[in-house]
Amino acid sequence: MGINSKPVVFAVLSAMVILIGTVVTVFVPLFMPSTQPVSNYVKPYTAVELEGRDIYIREGCNNCHTQTVRPLRTEVLRYGEYSKAEEFAYDRPFLWGSRRTGPDLNRLGGKYPDSWHYKHMQSPQSLFELSNMPPYGWLAANRLDTSSSFRKTSIQGFGYSAQQVKQQIADYQTRVTSSNYDSKTTRDLVTPTNLRGELTEMDAIIAYMQKLGRDVKSLEARR
Amino acid sequence: MKDTGYEYSVVRGFAFSALFWLIVGLIVGLWIAFEMFNPALNITPWLSFGRLRVVHTNGLGLGFGLAGIFATAYYMLQRLTRTPLPFPTLAKVHLWLFNTAIALAAVSLMAGMNTSKEYAELEWPLDIGVVILWVMFAVNVFAILIKRQEKQMYISLWYLIAMTVTIAVLYIVNNLEVPVTLFKSYSIYAGANDANVEWWYAHNIVGFIFTVPVLAMFYYFLPKATGLPIYSHRLSIVSFWSLIFAYLWTGAHHLMLTPLPEWIQTVAIAFSIFLIAPSWGSVMNGYYTLQGNWEQMRTNYLAKFFILGITFYGLQTLQGPLQGLRTLNAFFHYTDWVIGHVHMGTMGWVTMIISASFYYMIPKITGRELYSIKMANVHFWFILAGQLIWTITMWIGGIQQGAMWKATNPDGSLMYSFLDGLTSLYPYYRIRFAGGVVYFIGILIFGWNLIQTVRQKPATAEA
Repeated sequence: MGINSKPVVFAVLSAMVILIGTVVTVFVPLFMPSTQPVSNYVKPYTAVELEGRDIYIREGCNNCHTQTVRPLRTEVLRYGEYSKAEEFAYDRPFLWGSRRTGPDLNRLGGKYPDSWHYKHMQSPQSLFELSNMPPYGWLAANRLDTSSSFRKTSIQGFGYSAQQVKQQIADYQTRVTSSNYDSKTTRDLVTPTNLRGELTEMDAIIAYMQKLGRDVKSLEARR
Repeated sequence: MKDTGYEYSVVRGFAFSALFWLIVGLIVGLWIAFEMFNPALNITPWLSFGRLRVVHTNGLGLGFGLAGIFATAYYMLQRLTRTPLPFPTLAKVHLWLFNTAIALAAVSLMAGMNTSKEYAELEWPLDIGVVILWVMFAVNVFAILIKRQEKQMYISLWYLIAMTVTIAVLYIVNNLEVPVTLFKSYSIYAGANDANVEWWYAHNIVGFIFTVPVLAMFYYFLPKATGLPIYSHRLSIVSFWSLIFAYLWTGAHHLMLTPLPEWIQTVAIAFSIFLIAPSWGSVMNGYYTLQGNWEQMRTNYLAKFFILGITFYGLQTLQGPLQGLRTLNAFFHYTDWVIGHVHMGTMGWVTMIISASFYYMIPKITGRELYSIKMANVHFWFILAGQLIWTITMWIGGIQQGAMWKATNPDGSLMYSFLDGLTSLYPYYRIRFAGGVVYFIGILIFGWNLIQTVRQKPATAEA
């Protein structure tokens, strides 16, 4: 074959050959709105939830937990309603995962009270003796860094103003530090004294976990 | 033209870098394998499973895999074109920058700077570094091909060209991201699109790191090591073009039954099945090359590595498309079965071929004899046994876990809690760890053998 003696032609030809499948299955879907539909029942993350999501990413939680419930009978039984494309419109990056060392989390929001999460994150083994999940109690010893929160929500295109972001953070802080917060006892137990009045990384990741699947659940409840 | 003028120091540098990152990556692998049944090893955030798993995959895929590819590519390119490397200084800078980048990658991933997209976890400054490294490599690849003394380009060179072109496209497209800070960025794609781009990337980066260049080594070093020409040139042409054409359509078989549009999943299944043909084209080409000379499996220590390696490649490329079928995928996906599948490819095919290529190449470039053939044989049996214990255990564990997730009581309720499924795997995780130790011992023997080879006095002048 002639092209075996023409390296540049060979390279151009290989590039064209690999691009055919790429264009059809990856590039074209990028420009089809049906690939990633947007629906108004799914709300973007608040600034605190987004910070929690970034901690989830930082700790590599997606290496053991998926966030897609498949349309299979036993899966729906175990986790709840199967995942729909529109739920992920605000997910940059996506966090579907590829391995379930731990359970799927796409329907986690609202399943347990915050106090359960504080306890579980502090010591998974205190709730499930044989669990192999690493303990994450140290997240409660880290003050939540909100210095880039506004920039983050802007890049994500959530459309919040700087004032709204500030308000969301203040509101959440008021909620978890208030004396009538329903998970106050557990939160105080896992949070060092000097941080009890502030937002910690633990607060944020729990806010994120409580958001997962909440919009679908409230849609179902309205039906 | 004799060997004079060939640039071998960079070949040697990359070969020993590969060895170094292989050992580091395996230690991390053993560490996380232990964490799977004993969470006590999650001592600090830097050593927690979620962060370390990524160090393991990147350390071995990019550290060991790419260094092994660069070492053999710089060697094969010079030999097959009968031309010295056009820019040897550039290649040396490439070597040092490469090792710096991998070290920074390991540290940054342990620090939690991580985009979360599999095999593309590095944050944006390192992504830019990877692209620069790739350009440095590509300059030498194309310059040497243009200046070549040998008119026809041999099969291995086709695979190297395809790799050079494709990895550039994959890496850049999937890593498009908007920086938030120096250590944090967000993907420009959202949700299902991000998933689709990512698995197109992840599937093909595995293909164009762990298949395409390893086939280049196979097609070059198998004939060299056995003294037998490749059985069919025509078959290799057909295999090559159909492989690189079909590969890029199949990423979505990693996203079966997710919210990704169904047609993309179905197209991926179809092309995955098609891929069996070109993959087995290379397998058959390998087997037929030994036709009539099978005694080399006994007499030539290198033949074993190549033939067992290509056999695992053949099994891998049968297993992969089958796992992509919807029904089977519904059962196996998200279980340890898939982990077993991946490791047959990496511990079986990739490492066996790279090891054998190094055993052939290192003595050639240093003008020394291999330190010990007996040790190479011991290495072979250890990595074979270790890998088989490892993968077979994970397959059984995966079947068990998949079955437990699906099991229901007569009244239709679930029979097992999630935790039941997990804890039933701990015995398998212990056996897997043991298999990993056996494998690791084999690799240490490999390393020792190579180090002793280059530490010997050079053989008498005529090599």
